[in-house]
Amino acid sequence: MPISMTNDMMRSIIMDHSSHPTNKHIPTQDGYEKVHMHSDNCIDDLDIFLLVKDNKVIDACFEGVACTISLSSTDIMCDLIKGKTKEEAIYMIEQYHHMMHEEPFDEDVLEEAIVFINTSKQAARIRCATIGWNAADKILKDEK
Amino acid sequence: MYDVYEIRKQFPMLDGNKKMQGKPLVFLDNASTTLKPQCVIDATNRYYAEMTANSHRGDYDLCYFMDVEVAKAREAIAKFVNSEVNEVVFTSGDTEALNLVAYGYALKYLKEGDGILISEAEHASNSLPWFRIAELTKCSIYFINTDGRITVGQVEKSLNKHPNIKLVSIAHVGNVLGYRVDVKAVAKLCHRHNALICIDGAQSVPHLKTDFKDLDIDFLTFSAHKMCGPTGIGALVAKEKLLNDMDPFITGGGMNVSFKNDGTYLLLEAPAKFEAGTLNLAGIMGFRAAVEFLSSIGMENIEEHEKELHAYLLDKMGNNEDVIIYNKDNDGSILTFNKKGVFAQDEATLLNSKGIAVRSGQHCAKMIDRLLGTPATVRMSTYLYTTKEEIDVFVENLLNGGDILDAYFND
Repeated sequence: MPISMTNDMMRSIIMDHSSHPTNKHIPTQDGYEKVHMHSDNCIDDLDIFLLVKDNKVIDACFEGVACTISLSSTDIMCDLIKGKTKEEAIYMIEQYHHMMHEEPFDEDVLEEAIVFINTSKQAARIRCATIGWNAADKILKDEK
Repeated sequence: MYDVYEIRKQFPMLDGNKKMQGKPLVFLDNASTTLKPQCVIDATNRYYAEMTANSHRGDYDLCYFMDVEVAKAREAIAKFVNSEVNEVVFTSGDTEALNLVAYGYALKYLKEGDGILISEAEHASNSLPWFRIAELTKCSIYFINTDGRITVGQVEKSLNKHPNIKLVSIAHVGNVLGYRVDVKAVAKLCHRHNALICIDGAQSVPHLKTDFKDLDIDFLTFSAHKMCGPTGIGALVAKEKLLNDMDPFITGGGMNVSFKNDGTYLLLEAPAKFEAGTLNLAGIMGFRAAVEFLSSIGMENIEEHEKELHAYLLDKMGNNEDVIIYNKDNDGSILTFNKKGVFAQDEATLLNSKGIAVRSGQHCAKMIDRLLGTPATVRMSTYLYTTKEEIDVFVENLLNGGDILDAYFND
């Protein structure tokens, strides 16, 4: 995904994922690992579920209450993490954090998540844009 | 009334140079904390620059002068809320003051079978200390059956239904909806039912004349930082007899007469017995400057100014169908709302991008969502220095501020 994506495109991707988050549901089968996340200063209150088998993320979903940025960033994370090995997923999350903090990052692995590149301009929203990503990181690194 | 533009000149944060997101700061989060006038900043600095020494420890002049400063500050706070001087205990703020009532009084005197009455609109600091006391003593917590505005009748119903209630603890003015309680009438009622009354004054003492004696309440708590004072300092004002009966919940230097190796000790009299350790002396000096500053403007004038702003705000908003206001009928400085279809924090972020500081979420009152029927709201709150022009900027950006993602893309 090119970094030259226009603001309008980024906006519509964010709005689409926050209005219709396709990964926002409770898992329908057993075997998922769950992490509960909430932010100190916002209402964000999310459960993130990952199904990991044979070192691979088979499925990802979430449920809860959150703002536009939290909802859309978590939904996009779920889309991107599916099918990745643990190592690939952890690497992708690392790159996402680099982007959040305006550090050099590998944009190829972030795909649609590049829409959150402006988060650092609204520093108070970094917590929103990373809440789901941090949850997945905790599960993958077994730090629940 | 007073000239708000003249008053603003005393606040460095309002000198016109302070920007947020590149826009002139419009500070409308005064229920959270307030800006500081130069006189408070000077008083706080004076401790560090000219007066550094400990209070009640040492025989040299600086210590003596510090004792005098602390005594003068206590007198100033007592005068401000019309209590006796020895009824004022310095705490780190409203939260510690409420915890002092909880652990110093309720833990000592309440037992299984007794009850504490609060409301679902209370701030965490007026809820969790009582939950802890209920855990520790096995006493019960009851909630006033209210739709948000606590009335004397609602409190009476609770007291009649639960004659075991020994303590009622509510905010004079709620921090989410800004409704004011008829404290004098509620206090009378509580005493008739042999219950004590503790008033969380965090949102009232900064905004309206508070007369501890006239209200005839047992405990009053408040924070300096919400009334132009420094952070980290506040007060518990309590009836002298209750302070004498209460136990301190922290102990240490500055609050004892003696202690021996057989484990016996003798404490100083109240209020000193509650003030263990080195006091927040810079904070105490700033606290005094803050109450003297407010008195110089006049609490009645501040209340009047906020009322005028509230009416102006509602008038400006009109009957806009895109905005849901939860407390149009409130009594002062707080307006709680949501933009239809917009999550509260998204709206607050959009306003931030316009230089406007408001709060979103549950405002530390995490039981109120049931009363409001929404998990989160945006709260704007004015104070003595807020102008109609700032209200104009707020309303314009609320109604026509654009898309919530504008903030995100700096469009």
